[in-house]
Amino acid sequence: MLEFILSVLRAAIPAGTPLLYGTLGEVYAERSGVLNLGVEGMMIMGAVSGFAVAQTTGNVWLGILAAALVGGLLALIHAFASVSLRVNQVVSGLALTMLGLGVSSMMGKKFVGQPLAARLQPINIPVLSDLPLLGELLFRFDVLVYLGILLVPILWFVLYKTRLGVTLRSVGENPSAADSLGVNVVRVRYMAVVFGGMLAGVGGAYLSISYAPAWIEGMTAGAGWIVIALTIFAIWDPRRALLGAYLFGGVRVLQFRLQPLGISPNLLNMLPFLLTILVLWVSSGQAAKRRIGAPAALMTAYAREER
Amino acid sequence: MPDDQSAIMVAAPQDTVETATIIMRGIIKRFPGVVANDGANLEVRKGEIHALLGENGAGKTTLMNVLYGIYHPDEGEIWVDGQRAAIHSPQDAIRLGIGMIHQQFRLVQTHSVTENVILGLKESFFFPERAARKRILELTEKYGMKVDPDARIWQLSAGEQQRVEILKALYRGAKILILDEPTSMLTPGETKDLLNTLRRMTAEGHTVVFITHKLEEVIEASDRVTVLRQGKVIATLETAATGESKLAQLMVGREVLFHLDKKQVDTGPVVLEIDKLSALNDKGMTAVVDLSLEVHAGEILGIAGVAGNGQRELVEAITGLRDATGGRIAVNGQDITHVPPRARIERGVCCVPGERWTALIPGMSIADNLILKNYLQPPIGRGLFLDRAAIAAYADGLIKDYAIMTPDRRTPIKMLSGGNIQRALLAREIACQPALLIAAHPTSGLDVGATETIWQLLLAERERGTAVLLISEDLEETLSLSDRVAVIFEGQIMGLFPAKDANLEQISLMMAGALRLPVRSTLRQAQGSAYLAGEPA
Repeated sequence: MLEFILSVLRAAIPAGTPLLYGTLGEVYAERSGVLNLGVEGMMIMGAVSGFAVAQTTGNVWLGILAAALVGGLLALIHAFASVSLRVNQVVSGLALTMLGLGVSSMMGKKFVGQPLAARLQPINIPVLSDLPLLGELLFRFDVLVYLGILLVPILWFVLYKTRLGVTLRSVGENPSAADSLGVNVVRVRYMAVVFGGMLAGVGGAYLSISYAPAWIEGMTAGAGWIVIALTIFAIWDPRRALLGAYLFGGVRVLQFRLQPLGISPNLLNMLPFLLTILVLWVSSGQAAKRRIGAPAALMTAYAREER
Repeated sequence: MPDDQSAIMVAAPQDTVETATIIMRGIIKRFPGVVANDGANLEVRKGEIHALLGENGAGKTTLMNVLYGIYHPDEGEIWVDGQRAAIHSPQDAIRLGIGMIHQQFRLVQTHSVTENVILGLKESFFFPERAARKRILELTEKYGMKVDPDARIWQLSAGEQQRVEILKALYRGAKILILDEPTSMLTPGETKDLLNTLRRMTAEGHTVVFITHKLEEVIEASDRVTVLRQGKVIATLETAATGESKLAQLMVGREVLFHLDKKQVDTGPVVLEIDKLSALNDKGMTAVVDLSLEVHAGEILGIAGVAGNGQRELVEAITGLRDATGGRIAVNGQDITHVPPRARIERGVCCVPGERWTALIPGMSIADNLILKNYLQPPIGRGLFLDRAAIAAYADGLIKDYAIMTPDRRTPIKMLSGGNIQRALLAREIACQPALLIAAHPTSGLDVGATETIWQLLLAERERGTAVLLISEDLEETLSLSDRVAVIFEGQIMGLFPAKDANLEQISLMMAGALRLPVRSTLRQAQGSAYLAGEPA
């Protein structure tokens, strides 16, 4: 039994890593007041382009870079539509998701079934990785996993302890206040959305380059949607994003591990989404109690000279 | 606005250059369908408190938004300290030493005072919390403004929030401070504090421009006053050389009667009876606490208090939009505490809520808005269908009776002016022949003319024998319309007395929560008054 629990825990961290990247990115985008429902699209495009570039060049890092660029580029479309054109953010984000799913399956046709030649090697952290039990559990992942973990305190610090963070949060809470003090609201929102897209792209690339590692059509399988829910669960705080991402990673793993025990796979496939509903229900109550909720200006376009 | 280099080199007009810190010349600002500023000229002297007086829509705020770079004027020029200024954004204005405190505070509610004050400053990458806090404390000390730098904005009162706004401007080195209707959300005591602070600032060499439509403030606080009407500057006067009636005449363009024709009305039985009512606000915190009130037929009971002290929750508990967590509400002896809104309407509870758009549907026509309360009953509603002819007759009748200025009944209601929207809303509520009429902030944002009409409609209802519950932040309005006045603070009634016995000092203490009259004695006081004589004690 202990063995089983440990194996689930060990697998939960890699399984949660794409969710972590996506959620951290979405936290930043939403903190600026822009909801991006295109996470699923950006992740899958990151996955396919990351794989394609890594496979063709033989360089994993170029693949990851390409995924970040593609994710950022897609997010730029969303930023242009929702910030500059002030289109409804939901519609624009949904369009992005559908676009990403369609284009990725077209682009990825010739890569289906290929194993990735180049690999990201796991890093065995000296000393720590030799610890009994824990070493196996925590200290033998590849660099993207550690980078994700490292991003959490960095993004938290930037958000709460730097001028940039105060600016970002203010733009999402009250853009007209920020504007009246000389903050360029449009620029801040573009930056946040594009940054969010880049992280989503990397999250997708992690799936196809490290986790699988292969390109499978539709391989994100709703991860982008779970990211949206996790952002709410995280109460827009990077620290809680870590917790949520690994929790969902664990559920994802359970899905496979419980199957041999004779539980219907259809039922197990529902698990992440059932948990999503549960998490939204719990966290909305919590947020209301602590008087912290969505950024006040989330989903509202900003224009200065309106009367 | 042409912005050629040669214009920048030209010196300011000679006669004013020595004393004027701001000169605005021929400012024209057009919005679709309106000319908000029509060739406005303004000259503000260094170190003075300058009042900008005018009715709603006179163009005061627009003119100041032009000065602060929020709006770009279509024509006209601005000079600051003798230099031609091109102000394209608030940043430009801030660089020139101009700071503006808007009527709607531009604060991030969930952030701390310090975070709000230094937002947008580009001094370092890290958040210099300690240095900023020290600087804020110095400023608050210097100008006598008490604010906790670590408090979150949502925890602060309107007066404190305003101080944060002033701090924001001072922190950026503003020498010229523009305040838009600075006293509209303050208690009398807070207003006094604010005026003190402003005087301390002018003593230090700052210049203050404040926008207002309240004459007594102009007289009390300003050195000079500029009067605007319909986008034009009518006059600039030394305050000491003028008076309220003169200013009122300039502002409205005709003589104004500061007098309400309030007839003696015999009060009837209790219509609204509230007994130990409690209710929560949207955040789940107690907003109304053990509140008891009675409103009689034919009287106006005014509730005075600073906004956010449970007024909205009280109104919503009576109209059925909010659950009462305790206590009892009865209308004409029938318990309505837990019946749905529709049933309350049928029992004669009608309401003009503080936020107009919670009671009207902006995009729908005036006619459709007017029938929102009675579309189910004949002759307007017939089974599944609406009788369009009956609606037309009904709506046209109300439009005529209440003098609603509109092209026709099919115009979307959002196209009307504030006064006409409010008149339409009152028309609908009064047409139901209510037993109880609740009017929350019925004249907020309306100009003098529209305010007068609304007041007359309310007084007419009183004469008809309706119980009127008036909720207003405008103390003058409350005192002149009401028969009895209750002061609310943090969801509790701090005192209840006949309007004619009102003592301003006591009221402002009660509004700030510093004084509470014992309930027993206030009841006896009220019942002992001539007004309620004849009622059983």
